[in-house]
Amino acid sequence: MFKDRKLLVTGGTGSIGNSVCNYFNNNGCKEIYSTTTDMNKINSNQDFIKFKELNFNNIENSNLEELFDFDIDYLVLNAGLNRDNIFLRMSSDDWNSVINVNLNSSFHILKHFTKKMVKKKFGRVIFISSVVAYTGNRGQVNYTASKAAISGMVKSLALELSTRNITVNSVAPGFIRSNMTDKLNDDQKNAILEKIPMKKLGDSSDIAKAVGFLCSENANYITGQTLHVNGGLALI
Amino acid sequence: MSDIEERVKKIVVEHLGVEEAKIQSDSKFIDDLGADSLDTVELVMAFEEEFGCEIPDDAAEKIVTLKDAVTYLTANAN
Repeated sequence: MFKDRKLLVTGGTGSIGNSVCNYFNNNGCKEIYSTTTDMNKINSNQDFIKFKELNFNNIENSNLEELFDFDIDYLVLNAGLNRDNIFLRMSSDDWNSVINVNLNSSFHILKHFTKKMVKKKFGRVIFISSVVAYTGNRGQVNYTASKAAISGMVKSLALELSTRNITVNSVAPGFIRSNMTDKLNDDQKNAILEKIPMKKLGDSSDIAKAVGFLCSENANYITGQTLHVNGGLALI
Repeated sequence: MSDIEERVKKIVVEHLGVEEAKIQSDSKFIDDLGADSLDTVELVMAFEEEFGCEIPDDAAEKIVTLKDAVTYLTANAN
């Protein structure tokens, strides 16, 4: 499906980033790049991914021209950070680092790669958003602000780039099984499941498949949209 | 016509698909030659490639005619 195409997924050591890389690898994409803040986090089964070390909290000081001296067909902006706290206890550092990593970094990465996509007149950009961008969530004022901002970016960018066969969409996951949800106790898990009509958590591969669909030829005429993958948790 | 002007004109003709005879030195890419805003970005990228120089965004925004491009590249091309 993705033969002869090149993919970059930011934050490839996380569960969703890793699943996206695996999905594309299993479907014929042989040139897969990713980023991580810490090269030690790379797993041994990720040797098919070409990792670049990049700190999204400090991206302005990175030389992207040098780091990414190649063009790509698919860009998945997945790297994310949460620093949760009730708003009245949230520090400026919690606010700034989440906005930097989840939002501002996308500006820089996109500036670099959309130029190349305009030139080759093809590109698929997928942001990983979140259901909480649409519903709000206590303790996540910074995170929800960063993810909600993405929905405006997706629409404006889709309009600007549409004449060059570049589509821009986002995938908004609900509760996905991950290291983070594994740490929840049974009561917490049940409280979450209670709210999900499908009565189960999503798997990171569910997100990877949605990303794969938006990059595939089946989605050629879809742009500026958000695909909600949340088991019915929020119907938007 | 200078060598630089000729090369710039060639890029504009190729990229915008306009007849060379229609391009005057003060023709505006957008208003007179039918370019859209992304075309102007692509033109600047093509100039950078042809002349081996980097045109920063603030300078690129001021290149709206053939003459602007020739003036800039005459001063900055490698």
